Amino acid sequence: MTFDDFSDTETALRDSLGRWLADHIDLSRHARVDAPPSPPVWRSLARDLGLTGAGLPESAGGLGGGLRAHLVVLRTLGGALCAEPYLSTALVAGSALQRAGTPLANALLAAIAAGDAVVAWAHAEPGARNAARPAACTLRQDGTGWRLDGRKSAVTTAPWATHWLVSARIAASGASALVLLDAANPGLSRRDLRALDGGWASEVRLDDIALPAEAVLQTGPAADDTLAAALDAGALGVCAEALGVLERMLADTLAHVRERRQFGVPIASFQALQHRLADMHIAFQQAEALTWAVADACHDASDAQNGGNRDAARSRALAVSAAKVTVGAACRTVGQGAVQLHGAMGVTEELPVGRFFRRATQIELMFGSSGQHLRRIDRLQAPEKS
Amino acid sequence: MLTRLTPDEAAFRDEVRRFLDDALTPALRAAGRRCSGIFTDDPHGNDWHRVLAQRGWSVPKWPVEHGGTGWTPMQHYIFASELAAADAPPRAPMGPGMVAPVIMAFGTPAQQQAWLPGIRNGDDYWCQGYSEPGAGSDLAGLQCRAVRGQDADGDHFRLNGSKIWTTHAQYANRMFCLVRTASGGKPQQGISFICFDMALPGITVRPIHSLSGDHELNQVFFDDVRVPASGLIGEENQGWTIAKYLLQHERGASWAPNLRARWRRLEAALEDAFAGAGQGDAEYADLRGELAGLHCRIEALQALELRTLRAQARGAPPGISPSIGKVLGTELKQALTELHVRIAGPAALPHARLEDAGAHTLGVSEDGLFAMASYLNDRAASIYAGTNEVQRNLVAAHLLQH
Repeated sequence: MTFDDFSDTETALRDSLGRWLADHIDLSRHARVDAPPSPPVWRSLARDLGLTGAGLPESAGGLGGGLRAHLVVLRTLGGALCAEPYLSTALVAGSALQRAGTPLANALLAAIAAGDAVVAWAHAEPGARNAARPAACTLRQDGTGWRLDGRKSAVTTAPWATHWLVSARIAASGASALVLLDAANPGLSRRDLRALDGGWASEVRLDDIALPAEAVLQTGPAADDTLAAALDAGALGVCAEALGVLERMLADTLAHVRERRQFGVPIASFQALQHRLADMHIAFQQAEALTWAVADACHDASDAQNGGNRDAARSRALAVSAAKVTVGAACRTVGQGAVQLHGAMGVTEELPVGRFFRRATQIELMFGSSGQHLRRIDRLQAPEKS
Repeated sequence: MLTRLTPDEAAFRDEVRRFLDDALTPALRAAGRRCSGIFTDDPHGNDWHRVLAQRGWSVPKWPVEHGGTGWTPMQHYIFASELAAADAPPRAPMGPGMVAPVIMAFGTPAQQQAWLPGIRNGDDYWCQGYSEPGAGSDLAGLQCRAVRGQDADGDHFRLNGSKIWTTHAQYANRMFCLVRTASGGKPQQGISFICFDMALPGITVRPIHSLSGDHELNQVFFDDVRVPASGLIGEENQGWTIAKYLLQHERGASWAPNLRARWRRLEAALEDAFAGAGQGDAEYADLRGELAGLHCRIEALQALELRTLRAQARGAPPGISPSIGKVLGTELKQALTELHVRIAGPAALPHARLEDAGAHTLGVSEDGLFAMASYLNDRAASIYAGTNEVQRNLVAAHLLQH
């Protein structure tokens, strides 16, 4: 497969992480529904590889690789079904904390880069689909501090987290806010459900939690911009992760059709299967090319704007949505094709391909479904109403 | 467009735009806009080619020593995008994009001298003799015979048989042709690549009208045509190697610049089509959603094409990317023309020449006529240059051998 646009540093990053995963993750058992939960790879990433800060700024103790480094890591983790908790911690929380820039945010960013902190990103709410602005979580002013109440849904990483980043709405003004919580806060109650990819999806209640003023990192339009940027980072992050997932399914499928014999010949000799393989490959190539093109475009946009430019945010949103839709389509074409071409073995727990298929299916639903991203593209491209 | 432009690239784009503002006359733009077939009818396509030649831009991709530009891949992409956005008439590629690379790679210095200048400046117009009634996807089965001989006027071939689906044979003054010069052995052996004048005695061109009623295609008959042996390119019986080389060029074009221009045209057509019913109409919302989906597919193809161009610039072989581009480009074009017909709705029902749409006090929508004609013509896209089924075979073979 093509990595032809990777820099030497990015290739080294991918190779060292890939070797570590091959040595440490047993894909014959990893992410099976009947297997005990795997420990997160986070500590090892920090201890053995020093990669938790790969994409974080040098000022926070990171390696300064930026968005592309995050995506290289996520793509590689995707090939071993290990994207959590890197995705929520380093990429999504990391990008929100960089934008917030308060002393508390900077301290947590440094702890992430050092591998000491794991962050749960709590944005989605029951019944709210993937609305960009929070509604079911409210903040009320209480003296010099705040009180936080509400519900969050399908939170990843929660059992492993040391900290929580929670989006909320200020009851009095309706403005958005970004809140930092300690995971040990007694007002946090969770129902941790296993997700089908070996990670977690937790339902969360926030019960009248008292917070000091500094725990509210951002409010108002600044918080909205941060939320939008973090959600776009997450969407592009799962696109990169999907590339690793899809690449593995393609490789497994190619190996299978070469080996499997029916009617006295390898099933790879049948044209109907060959055309399906071709379509899977073509879908993957599109997803791969667009994900990296969007990563470069986002990098340029953030260079150009340093925070506040509306046009840059619009371009970023358009580009990320196009990537998410394209990757979502590839998840279905490659995933369903891989299961079909594996025959009955493809619908069992026995083979890794089924677990990669589950993750591919989840990815299309995360950080905005394909339908939501198509609507956003349409909204952003709509002609001025006369 | 996702990709940023460097200051040099932005300056180049502005230079191209300034040139197009001056050089693309309203008549040429109208011809480009009305091109519902694959390529604009000569003479408009060739008129525009001559204008480009004066600027030194008629054959931008050629090597500089033959009159090319030496542009970067990104400059080629910008150039193609600007031309498409400005409704420049698309020029048929048989000369500049198909036979010329073959002449450069396999032709003698004398052949290069004889043929390349005429292609560059627009004096010559070429057509391609590949398919035969009995040899389509299975091109190696071709039967058009060329028998070598000597007479008072020298070394020559006697050509008998027929070629079909010959685009613009009615305009062409030259033809390049695959012929059978030996039989026995594998069908790929015994094929030769020869070039000749369409004015030679014994050549007959019969028009074939396409679904839209347009005349782009022809069948060409050869009745004991005497072709000078100086028209043979490469070695006798080496033609299959040359044919495959040419197909890589035929399929290696960039599709996204034209697809993006067409997408914008559909977006404008949609606003016009619902000017009465209004943007609150449910079908309007559906159609806009489909446009958003096609937008994503164009972005993905563009990213893929730019990645391929960067790899090409580094000297990497094209691999299977021409086949992938052909499948994606043609299927996207078909999806766009299909959506255009749905946008046009009842306006796509009448049949008339596009230039006659407004030539009456009871005018009809030129866009509606265009939508249906291009939908019908573009059914050919997944058939020409190797059917998309054949392309998928090639992609799968590539996957399974690596």
